[in-house]
Amino acid sequence: MSERTILASFADEHDALDVVRTLRAAGYRVRDVYSPHAIHGMDEALGLRPTRLTWVCFVCGAVGLFAALWLQNWANAIDWPINVGGKPWNSLPAEAPVAFEMLVLLAAFGSVLACLAVCRLYPGKRVAAAARVTDDRYAVAVDASPALPRGELRRLLSEKGAVEIVEQLSAVEEGR
Amino acid sequence: MSSPHHEPSSALYPPEPPLIAGHKSLGDVTREICQPLEGRPTRLWWIGFIVAASALLLGVVSVTYQIATGIGVWGLNKTVGWGFDITNFVFWVGIGHAGTLISAVLFLFRQKWRTSVNRAAEAMTLFAVMCAGIFPLIHMGRPWLAYWFAPYPNLRGPLWINFKSPLVWDFFAISTYFLVSALFWYFGLIPDLATIRDRNRRGLRTKICRALSLGWNGSARTWHRYETVYLLLAGLATPLVFSVHTIVSMDFATSVIPGWHTTIFPPYFVAGAIFSGLAMVLTLMLVARKTMRLEHYITARHVDTMCKLMLSMGCVVGLAYGTEFFIAFYSGNPYEQFVFLNRAAGPFAPAYWTMVICNVVIPQVLWLKPVRSNFAAVFVVSIFVNIGMWFERFVIIVTSLHRDYLPSSWATYFPTIIEVATLIGSFGLFFTCFLLFCRFVPVIAMAEVKGVLHAPGHRSDVAQKGEAA
Repeated sequence: MSERTILASFADEHDALDVVRTLRAAGYRVRDVYSPHAIHGMDEALGLRPTRLTWVCFVCGAVGLFAALWLQNWANAIDWPINVGGKPWNSLPAEAPVAFEMLVLLAAFGSVLACLAVCRLYPGKRVAAAARVTDDRYAVAVDASPALPRGELRRLLSEKGAVEIVEQLSAVEEGR
Repeated sequence: MSSPHHEPSSALYPPEPPLIAGHKSLGDVTREICQPLEGRPTRLWWIGFIVAASALLLGVVSVTYQIATGIGVWGLNKTVGWGFDITNFVFWVGIGHAGTLISAVLFLFRQKWRTSVNRAAEAMTLFAVMCAGIFPLIHMGRPWLAYWFAPYPNLRGPLWINFKSPLVWDFFAISTYFLVSALFWYFGLIPDLATIRDRNRRGLRTKICRALSLGWNGSARTWHRYETVYLLLAGLATPLVFSVHTIVSMDFATSVIPGWHTTIFPPYFVAGAIFSGLAMVLTLMLVARKTMRLEHYITARHVDTMCKLMLSMGCVVGLAYGTEFFIAFYSGNPYEQFVFLNRAAGPFAPAYWTMVICNVVIPQVLWLKPVRSNFAAVFVVSIFVNIGMWFERFVIIVTSLHRDYLPSSWATYFPTIIEVATLIGSFGLFFTCFLLFCRFVPVIAMAEVKGVLHAPGHRSDVAQKGEAA
């Protein structure tokens, strides 16, 4: 189903932040905000919950750590025990460096790949980014369903300093 | 006489100069950083590139020769088993460390000034680790069998690699460091690639940027997750960078060679690595700001802060030199004492004193503010530190080996022309990569600079508000 969206552009991040707070307080649904850089406080203004990607990082790191410990123990103590200078076959301190590096490697790649997956970012993806949002504009996408008073919305947006207001019929892609 | 209304804090501390000079708007940032990529390279760039590429070619020829002939072409002997090759390896790994310090550690400390230098510093890390990785590969003698380092089920038993060997730890540390640094760098680059994609509609550059920017559209939901993951990466890269040079130092410290077998090595190596890397960042930044016209982005404040960091690291390194000597004396171990006396007064004394003068004495001029604000002077100091830190690794490796326990096996070491050519070649590789990076990738992280442009209390922010009112 196609939805109506009003896309209002702002030249200042504080205006964009302010308008998001005002609109949400007035009961409008802000679909998303597009900006050239991360805006401090925008996640709270939009009511975004803290991301669970930190857990992905933790789990991947734990997998890396334990997989590396298991492999080192199994390879050097069970499958083919090697006596190196009379050290114990399953010497834990000697296994720490490799285990730590594997922890970091898996945690880093796991969290980045998970982030790209949940943000649906992949090579070759075609996007129609809102005008100049990767340059110097902040665009606020507001739900403009017929049920809501649209004239009021436009007035509110220009009052808050919108430099450009466009209406789109097709829905702007919405992340979860 | 002070009025009671006067704010004491502003009287005590003069206001800090802005991070980004010249009252930039967001559009200015995009334009000024993207323009050098879209125009033709300058004459200075071509000169630099030709010099660097020639050095690289020399390196390719010498590496090909030594692999084809065997590493007997080096000046090593039975006593001095490690020389130029391992010196260069440790030197280049160390150079990389400042890049991660700036991109990850300073990010965790919320140092906003890092935004102007982090992209270039991270690129420097990648290229330095590439240069470093080549040396152990050559040292194997049969580099086509390098994959034997990886623990994979094989038909030789399966005979697994010895996980208790510091050289295996090194393999894991360096490859993880390279991969994670590359990932961190690319992840930070995604928003800027989208900016380049949206500036032009046609051309190969836009096509490449479209593919690599992964469909980035600046959505707040994406930014929200992106910021979290960036913080996670910084948190992972911080212990990683300390672990890497710690493990490199264990290549030496876990042996029984006097002068190597000490517990001070991990912190000593990490401090030295960051020290040398900061010197290299300063060298590159001072050149880049002049040739790429980035004076407004890399300001006197950035140079000043980096000088202070370099000075403090230099003092740590100086302390480590002193501590090493003291512990050698205090240990009562005659071999340990001999190694250190031999360093300072033996046949390699010139190398030792070059190291002390370049790393400990010369950086002391950075205590003076006039020196820190004189870019030519800072440039000269940074070059001295680069030289001094190379000599530090040479001194550690060669002087400890050349006169060991048994006087009958004492020997000396002098590099052959092939080893010198390989060192020049590694500089060629580094600068070729860096110059190509300056041409094809935004040298300054635009999305991050835009974020601090309006930071609360920032002067340009106040100025803009004033104009708007």
